[in-house]
Amino acid sequence: MSEQVPPTTQTEAEAAAADTDEGAEDAPKGVTTGASSVVRALENTGAEYLFGVQGGAIMPVYDALFHSDLNHVTMAHEQGAAHAADAFGIVSGDPGVCLATSGPGATNLVTGIADASMDSDPMIALTGQVPTDFVGNDAFQETDTTGVTDPITKTNYFAGDEDTVGDVVGEAFAVASEGRQGPTLVDLPKDVTQAETDVEPGEAQTPDTYNPPEEADDDAVEAAADTIAAAEKPVILAGGGVIKGEATDELRAFAREYEIPVITTMPGIGAYPEDDDLSLEVAGMHGTGYANMAITHCDVLVGVGTRFDDRLTGGVDSFAPEADVVHVDIDPAEISKNVHADYPLIGDAGRVIDQLDDELDRRPDPSDRYAEWREQVQAWKTEYPMDYATPDDEPLKPQFVVEVLDEATDDDTVVTTGVGQHQMWAFQFWNYTEPRTWVSSHGLGTMGYGLPAAIGAKLAADDDQSVVCFEGDGSFLMTIQELSVAVRENLDITVAVLNNEYVGMVRQWQDGFFEGRRMASEYSWCPDFAKLAEAFGAQGHTVADYDGVEDAVEAAVEYDGPSVIDFHIDPEENVFPMVPSGGKNGKFALQADHLDQL
Amino acid sequence: MTGGLPGAAPDERPHPDGRRNSQGVRIDPEVEAEPEPRRAVLSATVKHEPGVLAAVSGLFSRRQFNIESLTVGPTEDENRARITLVIEEPDPGVEQAKKQLEKLIPVISVTELDPSASQRELALIKVDGDAPDQVQSVAEMYGGEAVDASQETVTVEITGSRQKINAAVDTFRRFDIREVVRTGTAALERGAEETR
Ligand SMILES: Cc1ncc(C[n+]2csc(CCOP(=O)(O)OP(=O)(O)O)c2C)c(N)n1
Repeated sequence: MSEQVPPTTQTEAEAAAADTDEGAEDAPKGVTTGASSVVRALENTGAEYLFGVQGGAIMPVYDALFHSDLNHVTMAHEQGAAHAADAFGIVSGDPGVCLATSGPGATNLVTGIADASMDSDPMIALTGQVPTDFVGNDAFQETDTTGVTDPITKTNYFAGDEDTVGDVVGEAFAVASEGRQGPTLVDLPKDVTQAETDVEPGEAQTPDTYNPPEEADDDAVEAAADTIAAAEKPVILAGGGVIKGEATDELRAFAREYEIPVITTMPGIGAYPEDDDLSLEVAGMHGTGYANMAITHCDVLVGVGTRFDDRLTGGVDSFAPEADVVHVDIDPAEISKNVHADYPLIGDAGRVIDQLDDELDRRPDPSDRYAEWREQVQAWKTEYPMDYATPDDEPLKPQFVVEVLDEATDDDTVVTTGVGQHQMWAFQFWNYTEPRTWVSSHGLGTMGYGLPAAIGAKLAADDDQSVVCFEGDGSFLMTIQELSVAVRENLDITVAVLNNEYVGMVRQWQDGFFEGRRMASEYSWCPDFAKLAEAFGAQGHTVADYDGVEDAVEAAVEYDGPSVIDFHIDPEENVFPMVPSGGKNGKFALQADHLDQL
Repeated sequence: MTGGLPGAAPDERPHPDGRRNSQGVRIDPEVEAEPEPRRAVLSATVKHEPGVLAAVSGLFSRRQFNIESLTVGPTEDENRARITLVIEEPDPGVEQAKKQLEKLIPVISVTELDPSASQRELALIKVDGDAPDQVQSVAEMYGGEAVDASQETVTVEITGSRQKINAAVDTFRRFDIREVVRTGTAALERGAEETR
């Protein structure tokens, strides 16, 4: 049992009893059932935390956890368990583990699994299942969980044998973390977890059909290096794969050595420090004007660990239209899926960047030739600055709130978000310098992600690392019940609600593209979030003007436990720049009336 | 909408002349260059375990590959099954289909077969039995045979290339076809070359 985190599924008396036979626990008990084999397999992988909710079909596994040192965090909803495990995986780099019972427990995990899948986050889900004899009979709480999750897992397993179930869990864990990461699932029928077995699980390993590539082909590297060396307007586009692949150092060194401007995708935030001159921050739908101008005019684009999502590319016909594309990725299926790669480099991001670097070192230093381009890029930074107006008499601007929170916290603070306008402001106006400090739902865009993700992130983070969660009023309401967990575990999380009394992103699109018909986007009926926070046992604040911001932020950051600040922001504020869906990256709107010109 | 940032309006910004096609390939905007679909025969060896076929067919429907046929059966190795897939896609789509298939963990290997590979399909064609002798002679023209006959119907089996079966089905129309069932394509490389 860890010092910081109190046990959550045991009463104090039980915990005390467990403490007293610590001597007996020194000698590890052998595997006795399928369930204890599952638990042993998890222990072997070095897992620390499990996020889950109890229930009939998963009870044998919970029973086997009773005497384990693994920390189980009981969540209020299985969706919360999946997001918490997902965020744990993003921040720690090791697969987060979530557990649920069969049927509704398993289906409640689905959104979180799909979210992890779209963002290639390492995660493993363990679900209870009805006993094998009942499978297929529409038994109570039966769902075809492997069937339902097949399209949203990297791979999944129906564990039909108590002697091998531990190895299956180990394999699921290994598959989730190796190569291109992603979620895996093991469905555990109750008779299998209850059955007697003394087979100890072996070392967690991937199956022999799974061999992620390491190094890119030498000839391909040489050809790519030739192109980069001959370029005049190169950019690097760093995706989430740079962070997942632990290639941040290699990427930074490479960009600095050749002085190539760096753009990140949203999942790639933190791969390159945004306060560096070479950084153009994020490109795409709500990316910076300068990043989108650079993408549109570059002649070589070195994409690393990105899948060229449509929120990044806009219409592919106008994406980097003049550029030769060098694409580094560990997943061969990402190459030329959305944007054709002229120079495909399949392999581990860090290794391939090193290969490219070695190859470029054999050529004359090209960075002088890029000087004019670097100047152009800096000129675009001046032309399209990320700015907003803060007159005193206007309602509070959300961008200001983000900046104040950034100021009040350290560089290594982890930011999590819901989905909507607040998510965009949270990446636009916060300065990210470190990998694994930005935790958000990109590919799936799941409202309600922020708070449960903050719980997982906090448990994965270092003890002195702060966690700030930005939520919209709509997003917050979707998983607000997880505040009870943050309170129970006394997690030091600051939730900043950017409350515009709308599902603002929808309202922005209605205003921009549906002639202002605000159908079902007014959320003036939201509860008093500060009072609600207090009802849960957290600290609550309400701020409606500029004067109150700093004090509330200070109080919340100081407070050792979860706090919620309900910022009543300008309800009509919109996110700019904006590239309309499927539009041209170089034709972003800087204000509302630009939308008509696109 | 409120808000707004400084900078040149969209129309005042420089714009590049280049363009990509719908597959993301850089093209000369003067000359339209959209790739044409073609017929590709893919062969995959997979672990012989439950759920693999569902995973493969699910993958193809979810990714919207234009699938013509899919057959599956055991191989000489009892732990392996072979799936033959015929798809109709432009080159980038064929490549993508191969790579997505290879990604499935129970898939051992994937190859695209040479167009000259041995490709066979089987059809059972049930026609009106008014003129059994004529049915029999048409069947013989296609190297087929009658496998069932009743007072009212004759059922003929034909094996061969897809084109041959199409032609046979067309010819049998004169006898009033009642039902047709066709397997998908099964294929192996010619000669000693191994179909991996
Ligand atoms: C689960 C889910 N349902 C619906 C949507 C569609 N959606 C995207 S953004 C958005 C509005 C979010 O509103 P809010 O959380 O209040 O944030 P704001 O945009 O106001 O900052 C909606 C409804 C979604 N992304 N996720």
